[in-house]
Amino acid sequence: MTTPAIRVVGLGKKYRLGVSAERYRTLREALSSATARARHWFRAALHGGASGGQTVAQAADDEIWALKDVSFDVKLGEVIGVIGRNGAGKSTLLKILSQITYPTEGRAEIYGRVGSLLEVGTGFHPELTGRENIYLSGAIHGMTRAEISSRFDEIVEFSEIGRFLDTPVKRYSSGMYVRLAFAVAAHLEPEILLVDEVLAVGDVAFQRKCLGKMTHVARGGRTVLFVSHNLPAVERLCSRCLWLQGGRLVRDGPSEAVIQAYLAHDQREAWEWRRTGATPSHPYVRRVALRNADGTIPAVLTTRSALRLDVECIVPAPRENVRLSVVVAGGLGQPLFSSHPVDGGQPYPTEAGVHYYSVFFPSDLFLAQRYGVSVSLYEPHGSLDHQPYVLAFDVHAVASSSNEGATRRHGILHIPLPWSHRTEPWDE
Amino acid sequence: MSDTPPCRIIRPPKGWWSVNWSEIWRYRELLYFLAWRDVKVRYKQTVLGVLWAFIQPFVQIVVFSVIFGRFARMDSEGLPYPVFASAGLLPWQFFSETLNRSSTSMLQSAGLVTKVYFPRLIIPIAAAGGCLVDFAVSLSILAGLMAYYGVVPGVSAILVVPLIFLTLLAALGGGILLSALTVSYRDFRYVIPLCLQVWLYMTPVVYPARVVPAGWRELLFVNPMAGLVEGYRSALLGTPLIWSHWIAAAISACFLFGLGVAVFQSREKAFADVI
Repeated sequence: MTTPAIRVVGLGKKYRLGVSAERYRTLREALSSATARARHWFRAALHGGASGGQTVAQAADDEIWALKDVSFDVKLGEVIGVIGRNGAGKSTLLKILSQITYPTEGRAEIYGRVGSLLEVGTGFHPELTGRENIYLSGAIHGMTRAEISSRFDEIVEFSEIGRFLDTPVKRYSSGMYVRLAFAVAAHLEPEILLVDEVLAVGDVAFQRKCLGKMTHVARGGRTVLFVSHNLPAVERLCSRCLWLQGGRLVRDGPSEAVIQAYLAHDQREAWEWRRTGATPSHPYVRRVALRNADGTIPAVLTTRSALRLDVECIVPAPRENVRLSVVVAGGLGQPLFSSHPVDGGQPYPTEAGVHYYSVFFPSDLFLAQRYGVSVSLYEPHGSLDHQPYVLAFDVHAVASSSNEGATRRHGILHIPLPWSHRTEPWDE
Repeated sequence: MSDTPPCRIIRPPKGWWSVNWSEIWRYRELLYFLAWRDVKVRYKQTVLGVLWAFIQPFVQIVVFSVIFGRFARMDSEGLPYPVFASAGLLPWQFFSETLNRSSTSMLQSAGLVTKVYFPRLIIPIAAAGGCLVDFAVSLSILAGLMAYYGVVPGVSAILVVPLIFLTLLAALGGGILLSALTVSYRDFRYVIPLCLQVWLYMTPVVYPARVVPAGWRELLFVNPMAGLVEGYRSALLGTPLIWSHWIAAAISACFLFGLGVAVFQSREKAFADVI
């Protein structure tokens, strides 16, 4: 089994911040920068090119390397996890391998048909029925009509949408929508499958089904590249792992070792997160911070601390179906529970403006271990701004009357449950 | 799967003239599905459905016939004005709709462009598919008018086939060019309707080309639609057939298409980063 599936050599991708930050330029800006360039060139010609160095420095200033000097080989049939923080270059890597964007330097050789699943439901049209969308989305992902027809029944069965097959997908529940979308993608059967964090959606039963499908795909001798923040899932699925940091490949080896190293090195505690760089035109999360329940900055987090999570969202224009969720994850990134504003009787951020939310965590909820927080803004049919694992915090043990033996408790959360005790047996 | 599958090499983009037509051919089913989606979606949840493809041009023909035919008494080369006008107006609307829709198609497909790979040129080309369907529907208006006024087309009506091809080429050329430019410069969204409005009057749609003064007439035929609109009239209504106008139209349509594709190709690889 030495046949290569993917060979990446010195891959790099440079973004100009000006371009990505403003998303697009107007003609006026292009014209004014063209005249500025002409003036600059003219002046340089007059002064013998003395001012040339300045532009180089300026250029270097607003450039960032999303990916730099990345090299690795993937053998046929290998299942590889890609881990790293947000902005480490994981998504850029997948986008280059799936030919959506192009590298600035280096090269990648791909042997076989590539299927990429960077988002669930790409190409779905809300007005079309489930049946029509299966064909459309299949075609967008490179399947021929004959291929789609031959797998049609399998796709329908996997998606569990049954009698809603001929209903427009805009009337689907978000669960049904996601199931159908994943079903199409899971039946692409390419030789190389690139998957980006898509398992974050859908209910647990369906997530398990998807993981099962991916394991099945992997056993079938296909090559899989799997990006995820869910480290236990990565560890379970992938034999080998790539850890990216700041656009560079830091470590490449057996999953267990790489994940341990990543956790030890990278996940320092962070109680506050602020968005940097581009401000999108859609609703987004601006700031997330962990505070004491009274709003003060905690000195140390203990099992007895009552905590408050502040989330600031910006909604540039009113948007009907915006949803907000906060997911608390364990130290390995495995989701523990999620919470939504409606849980506390609060509205979703649908109106334009800045929205300040606080979620309150009672004392004696967390055990003495590490936790992470993900925040995401989404619509029933797609993600708007997903910020996985923005905060990480360690909770330290302090014994209290209500939380006896905090260090010796099993599991991942402490849930205060009512007990009763009597010396007489129950009636009946 | 014992033999090594074909290798694809991804590297920094070099050169700009590298249209991979064979790849577009391989994705022809996607072309079909996208065009089919446009047609389906456009008339979903409309009570009148495909009738709209009929009503829009019909209303415009009535307006033009009343204003230019009845009030202004425009020269119509001896033909009933409604027939004369619709033989020009329907191909024009086909052209302007195709150009308009394909030029906005890239922006509307931003979600696809950033998430999945396929030859990008498919997007503006597919947008033309729906317009072709509308054009076929609207041609029945012309057939009805011709029957009403007793205008019988000759064998030359077969020339409509190459004319449609050339119209498509010209419209796609402009559409592809503008679709690539709007990705980087949203200004073009406002420029396009303006251009099309002016372009309509620079094309002999409501008037015959022969009313244009001699010195200006040669200039008129730099516009591919001028020769094409005149061509539709001579093919269907039997007005004089002037081959030099055909050739001028064919050359400028091909030039526009080549220019559009070249500009598109030179910007294509950065679409996902900029859009």
